[in-house]
Amino acid sequence: MGRREIHLRLNGGDRRVEVDDQTLLIELVRSLGLVGTKLSCDTQVCGACTMLLDSRPVSSCTTLAIEADGKPVETIEGLADGAKLHPLQEAFIERFAFQCGYCTPGMIVSAKALLEAHPQPDVAKVRHWMEGNICRCTGYQTIVDAVLDAADKMRSAR
Amino acid sequence: MLRRFDVHKVTSVAEALDLRQRFGADAAIYAGGTELLLAMKMGVARWPNLIDVKPIASLADISATRDTLRIGATATHWDIERNTEVRRVLPALAQLEANVANVRVRAAGTLAGNLAFGEPHADPPSLLVALGARVLLEGKVGSRSLPVAEFITGMYETALAADEIILAIEIPLPARDVRVAYVKFQILERPSVGVAAVATVRDGRFVGSPGVVVGAVDEMPRRVSTSQFAGADAHDVGTREAIAEAAGAAVEPTADLAGDVEYKRHLVGVFAQRALASLVATAA
Ligand SMILES: Cc1cc2nc3c(=O)[nH]c(=O)nc-3n(C[C@H](O)[C@H](O)[C@H](O)COP(=O)(O)OP(=O)(O)OC[C@H]3O[C@@H](n4cnc5c(N)ncnc54)[C@H](O)[C@@H]3O)c2cc1C
Repeated sequence: MGRREIHLRLNGGDRRVEVDDQTLLIELVRSLGLVGTKLSCDTQVCGACTMLLDSRPVSSCTTLAIEADGKPVETIEGLADGAKLHPLQEAFIERFAFQCGYCTPGMIVSAKALLEAHPQPDVAKVRHWMEGNICRCTGYQTIVDAVLDAADKMRSAR
Repeated sequence: MLRRFDVHKVTSVAEALDLRQRFGADAAIYAGGTELLLAMKMGVARWPNLIDVKPIASLADISATRDTLRIGATATHWDIERNTEVRRVLPALAQLEANVANVRVRAAGTLAGNLAFGEPHADPPSLLVALGARVLLEGKVGSRSLPVAEFITGMYETALAADEIILAIEIPLPARDVRVAYVKFQILERPSVGVAAVATVRDGRFVGSPGVVVGAVDEMPRRVSTSQFAGADAHDVGTREAIAEAAGAAVEPTADLAGDVEYKRHLVGVFAQRALASLVATAA
């Protein structure tokens, strides 16, 4: 209570960290130097701060760090395998699915959860799942295309 | 950034009730936190203690008997939307849940939290009222069950007593030939209007009167009085227009960013017609 030690399983790592009860997940993760995840609206509307907690997408701006105790947390930093980018990251580059890039980490992390739940989504599925991730640059079409491309690639790689 | 507070993880209902009594107004029940933490971040609410009910295993259950669907207090929108029992016995609810908020809020937010917060711009309340659902409450002095229509008492107001917690939501399952529809319109994060319709249509006519409940536009869900439409021709456009007009008259819309009073009343009429149309379309 108040302050406690949690078992943090961040991007495959495994460590113990001390946090205050009111510490938000995004505050903890960014304080550890993983600043890929962005804070934007701070009200669960924009999706920039999306992380996967126990495989579910959550707004890390409104999730307490203690919720992550013992559960796997994935952020954008966890996707690439060394220098090899994740198919979603490659597809976002190939499709020019970003300009300023601020929403991109949240977009890609959210899309990863989508493809885990639905490996072969259609356009409507992608749009519905991603509607809570806001992008003010692209107009979304290239993002939807990138997610569908990545789904194809991941399927044929399987 | 949040101000300092203590989270108390409880693993039994008895423990939750003890803390409820011990802390009184200094504590709030905490589930997904999607409303609570937002309100605390904005500074409109401040609780030094949060009672986390998620570790209470018995509250997570979703189960159906022949005539009742029971949704435990810590079941999230995400859980409900995917639950095979819910999809089988009450597909309209699964569909509603799949369209609440966004995927992240659905992953963390609970149905009980949605009801307990009493935010008027919500989807589940109107459908739950239309179906005659009840909220099961447990307090120090005992348990009680209230119809959702009585549990929600106003804007951000409910009948939840300071020593109580929600255990579950119980929904009587509609009989085989009853059709259920929920339609909504939304331009912002939350619905501008939602209309639930529940009716039996036989040989093209309503059996009894159709149930129509309007949500999200007013301070709380409003049931439309439809007794005059008992036995009416369900396919008749005139009937549907008359019900839509009754729906518009049943609400006192709140003007906000999503529109003014007149516009919202118009929306209510349009969406009442759509709810009835979709209900008739699926009727045998
Ligand atoms: C960006 C955004 C968009 C949204 N869009 C929609 C939408 O389109 N449609 C819609 O219907 N809703 C919408 N919502 C509301 C959403 O459904 C609720 O935020 C969520 O269901 C609340 O559940 P929770 O578990 O997070 O509650 P919490 O935030 O944990 O708690 C909310 C309230 O309920 C109380 N509470 C929780 N559990 C219990 C219990 N077991 N017993 C007693 N009291 C309890 C808490 O004390 C608190 O007062 C939206 C919310 C956000 C943030």
